[in-house]
Amino acid sequence: MTTESRGRIELRDLSLSFPRRGADRLQVLDGVDLSIASGEIVTLIGPNGCGKSSLLRVIAGLLPADAGTASLGDEIITGPDPRVGLVFQEPRLLPWRTVAANVGYPLELAGMAGPERKERVAEALHRVGLIGAESQLPGQLSGGMRQRAALARALVLEPDVLLLDEPFSALDSITRDRFNVELLKLWGRLRTTIVVVTHSIPEAIFLGDRVVVLSSRPGRVVADIPVPLVSPRTLEDLDAAVVTSAARQIRAHLDPEVEPA
Amino acid sequence: MRSTTLLTLAGGVGFLALWKLIVVIGGYPTFILPPPELVASRLVTGWASGQIGPHAAATLVEVLLGFGVGAALGLVAGYGLGRSSIVARVVSPYLVAAQATPILALAPVLALWFGPGLLGKVVIAALIVFFPVAVSAMVGIRSVDTGLLELGRSLRATRRQVLLTLEIPAALPSIFGGLRIGITLAVVGAIVGEWAGAERGLGVLVNIARGSLFDIPLMFATLVTIAGLGVALYLVVVLFERRLVRVR
Repeated sequence: MTTESRGRIELRDLSLSFPRRGADRLQVLDGVDLSIASGEIVTLIGPNGCGKSSLLRVIAGLLPADAGTASLGDEIITGPDPRVGLVFQEPRLLPWRTVAANVGYPLELAGMAGPERKERVAEALHRVGLIGAESQLPGQLSGGMRQRAALARALVLEPDVLLLDEPFSALDSITRDRFNVELLKLWGRLRTTIVVVTHSIPEAIFLGDRVVVLSSRPGRVVADIPVPLVSPRTLEDLDAAVVTSAARQIRAHLDPEVEPA
Repeated sequence: MRSTTLLTLAGGVGFLALWKLIVVIGGYPTFILPPPELVASRLVTGWASGQIGPHAAATLVEVLLGFGVGAALGLVAGYGLGRSSIVARVVSPYLVAAQATPILALAPVLALWFGPGLLGKVVIAALIVFFPVAVSAMVGIRSVDTGLLELGRSLRATRRQVLLTLEIPAALPSIFGGLRIGITLAVVGAIVGEWAGAERGLGVLVNIARGSLFDIPLMFATLVTIAGLGVALYLVVVLFERRLVRVR
């Protein structure tokens, strides 16, 4: 397999529905087509309940699609894969484990020996700037540090793909901006494929090489908007004219009632 | 010494003072209510002469075995009840019915079946320990955060890994609540079992002291021993809890 295909994600005519008590199945995704190149950052945006998070879970192998295929690299996704790192909306740290033990948890489950694990954990903690908090319990950390630990846990398996489900939505906007800058720096070094689900238009533009807009339920791709900003991006880039125009386009697709200006 | 410890001690002193006061004011004879200092000295001579020790040892063995068996079965059952709603719905009514039948009424039957030896007491103690431990384990297993279970799934954790790294640690605080109740009930179960027929044990000694010996201070000294045993075992459980359950 070539480097070009390693972190490539292909979604072909993907449909997903959930069973409902005493009603027809709830159609969540309907014919989603999406190609994400290896090393690309794509942000997914859409109205509440449009299936953004479900789409991420299909890529993560946590939800099987009803129809269509999702593939990673050259293989069809059939279940959770160690090449995919997942960061949830909440940190989901094990409250009885220290930060280091939480970050090492995926390696422990994979059966990696102690010394090697320790090394990898230290590296992951270093990447997210969490040095010195190794022996603390999640309850002793701030929300931001907890989410850093969750990010380190997703990075510790050195994945080809990083999936982030509204990872910073619980943080205040200043912390959130800083996180986004750091995430791009991290991406600059690792060049993993990153898919981010977000509610925020500025965040979607700031992080994404492309912003993919989903329709309300059942979710379909209604727009795929490239963001012509060069790396490395800074928060000041958000004032650029291309950003304003991208934002206007996204807004128009999110709310079709409003005609694009 | 911490102020709470001092308060606890002060409570004990107050209790003894009240006891003494009732004896003095009421003018009760020793065979109705012996004064605390007499009970204390009888406790010392009872242990020193080897009168209490063998009985205490017998009861301790019954309590520990009964607790061990009852708690182990309770944990397994609680896990099944917590994991499968079908199991819970089918089995729960019978568990509750068994628990609602007074152990005091059940003890003679069990003594009849299992004989006057150790086995009968262990069965009775185990039976009484089982229920609170099973319920606490069930509640604990159900309390596992579904988000953490999804995390485990995304990391391809095996059934066994989920149990050991997610379910058990999450359930531990609740389980220890059940074990705390269970250990004190195990003492009750053992004593009740001894009352239903036994040759040795603190429950037997209470009967002997009140009956053939007519040594009421010894009877009280035995009661103090039973209470002390319960407190000591409870503290052991709490100690384990402190080691195993991390503060959230």
